[in-house]
Amino acid sequence: MAQIKSPEELEKVRQGILSGRDPSKPSISVCAGSACLASGAAEVIAAFKAEIKKQGLEADVDTKGAGCPGFCERGPVVVIYPEEICYLQVKPEDVSEIVSSTIKEKKVIDRLLYVDPSTGEKAVHEYDIPFYKKQMRLVIGDNIKIDPKSIDDYLAVGGYSALGKVIRSMTPDQVIEEVSKSNLRGRSGSGFPAGFKWESCRKSEGEPKYIICNCHEGDPGAFADRRLLEATPHTVLEGMIIGCYAIGAAEGYIFVGDEFPQTVENARLAIKQAEEYGFLGKNILGSDFDLTIKVYIDGGGYVLGESSSLMASMEGKIGEPRTKYDHATDRGLWAKPTVLNNLQTWVNVPLIINQGADSFSKIGTEESTGTRVFSLTGKVNNIGMVEVPMGMTFREIVFDIGGGIRGNKKFKALQAGGPMGGFIPENLLDLQVDYEEMKKAGLAMGPGLIVADENTCIVDMVKYYLTFLANESCGKCTPCRDGLRHMLKIMNRITEGRGQKGDLELLEILSEVQKSAALCALGQGASDPLRASLKHFRDEYEAHIEEKRCPAGVCKVLSTALNI
Amino acid sequence: MDNDRIDQIIDKHQGEASSLIQVLLEIQRENSWLPKEILERVSEKLQVSLAQIQHTATFYKAFRLVPKGRHEIHICNGTSCHVRGAQGVIDTVQDLIGIRPGQTDLDSKFTLETCNCLGRCALGPVIEIEGKTHSKMSPAEAKDVIKKYE
Repeated sequence: MAQIKSPEELEKVRQGILSGRDPSKPSISVCAGSACLASGAAEVIAAFKAEIKKQGLEADVDTKGAGCPGFCERGPVVVIYPEEICYLQVKPEDVSEIVSSTIKEKKVIDRLLYVDPSTGEKAVHEYDIPFYKKQMRLVIGDNIKIDPKSIDDYLAVGGYSALGKVIRSMTPDQVIEEVSKSNLRGRSGSGFPAGFKWESCRKSEGEPKYIICNCHEGDPGAFADRRLLEATPHTVLEGMIIGCYAIGAAEGYIFVGDEFPQTVENARLAIKQAEEYGFLGKNILGSDFDLTIKVYIDGGGYVLGESSSLMASMEGKIGEPRTKYDHATDRGLWAKPTVLNNLQTWVNVPLIINQGADSFSKIGTEESTGTRVFSLTGKVNNIGMVEVPMGMTFREIVFDIGGGIRGNKKFKALQAGGPMGGFIPENLLDLQVDYEEMKKAGLAMGPGLIVADENTCIVDMVKYYLTFLANESCGKCTPCRDGLRHMLKIMNRITEGRGQKGDLELLEILSEVQKSAALCALGQGASDPLRASLKHFRDEYEAHIEEKRCPAGVCKVLSTALNI
Repeated sequence: MDNDRIDQIIDKHQGEASSLIQVLLEIQRENSWLPKEILERVSEKLQVSLAQIQHTATFYKAFRLVPKGRHEIHICNGTSCHVRGAQGVIDTVQDLIGIRPGQTDLDSKFTLETCNCLGRCALGPVIEIEGKTHSKMSPAEAKDVIKKYE
């Protein structure tokens, strides 16, 4: 492929790709996300290829391993175009029937369809399934149509058109103005306005300037950011390229862990393809804008998600946070102006440029605009990756999209924001996905939502977070290093039936000191789940301490004692 | 791993001290762990003190300073797997093979690791052994799975 030299040529290339594709040609998309692969998607893809060959349909049917559409619960997910028939939990044994009846005879196979557990109705299409119906899938909607390893697939659904528009008709200042107007806020949790950050970096005097896409996502039980990078790496790149153009940066990095080898592989391949097509490298689309983007594999550790420790680690140092006398937009990576944004911030950028800031800012609430991609997990029926507009209530997410609690158990709590987030009980479920609202309720806008039911012990869950954090604390400041250890000691005591009167008050004091005295966001937020649980689920703690009883039957020593 | 290969990897990263983490990660990908001789060579080539390298290799979770067993067991202990009973699975596997997460047994048969999230929450609790995912594990099922490995 020769490099594309102008936005006009890009449109021609796109038309070329589209004219070579017949929209009425049958095409089979199998989700090739990590979760579906683990349930056997690779075997299903291989079976489709073999069956199509066997039936002599190679020229008439396309088969692809596509990006994750989010419905991990019912994987492997297969969608058949042009009818958009959605089959769930497909096994290699089903493949020959699908090819014979659905592809050849256009018949729908009932047993592979989604069945609504409440009404018993079957859903033929993705958009009929309640899990998808209530979502607003602006970022992840095309995933199932695209092979993440194919840049042509991305171009076919309008990819890189925002970049073309920017190069053709917008100055960097206009891009920043558009992003500011859209009120796009950092998706890492703090909710800092992206446009403002970009503008400060643009105005800052140092050269060169850097941008970083934070895809570290160290939260236990969250996978949305990494799954997004895996499923749609070109959207991430397009957002980053537009960001660099606006800021005046010549180098960008994707900071990611290698627990998901496929994520790293897809990101690296996407960069290579973008270079070949002329979206990266010198004179991008014929302009005088040059840019290189690299993948940086992190060395592992929760604290690396914190901005200053992330940058220290990229410089080859020990990833300990430092006191922030300067903003990263003035002195960031290598002491040069740097914009660090979460991956989910970057993926919204092409959308804003294509749709326009006015239309983007109409989605969501006044202060929190756009959509948010969560990984919805725990004791909920439909586990998966969901994209919802800001302003949706958590009740809708858990009960309408998530399909309620597994095994008809009772809902107990929703945990949002990971080890630095909080819990909300049932009576607060009407809370909206909104930075301010969530902050007020003690939640953080992290990528993971974890549902707990009546069989989950909140005390045990908090102990789990404290154990995790005590292991992950970098050890630099005392309130975090020692505070966590002492809190954990008390929690262990409580869950082992040795809780004492006054323990809860002591925990409160410790967490308060830690909150105000720790050096970085990790230390300051480390006791948030504890504080939230003490506020909403104090009775559970009291049952552990006073009655030596674990109401959920999770804490081993206490549950066994009860059985005797 | 011989010194030539180490030098190649270091040269690929322009021999800069700042690329220490990437160099170590790449060496470990090929060698599966980081023996002292390798660290000494890296120290010499990158002009970074061995103490500094030890600091780095012990600070970051990805690095391993002891050899791996023949089979690597990864048990997901993400929050979702945890609330679905991962701790019971971990306890059972620990008892069965006699080592704790992060350790390798004396016969170098197993290395046990827990991880924060494998992204397969719908299948939890999840055990991954040599790229194969064992899903929805109960402690008893986990025992059966582990016993199959020699």
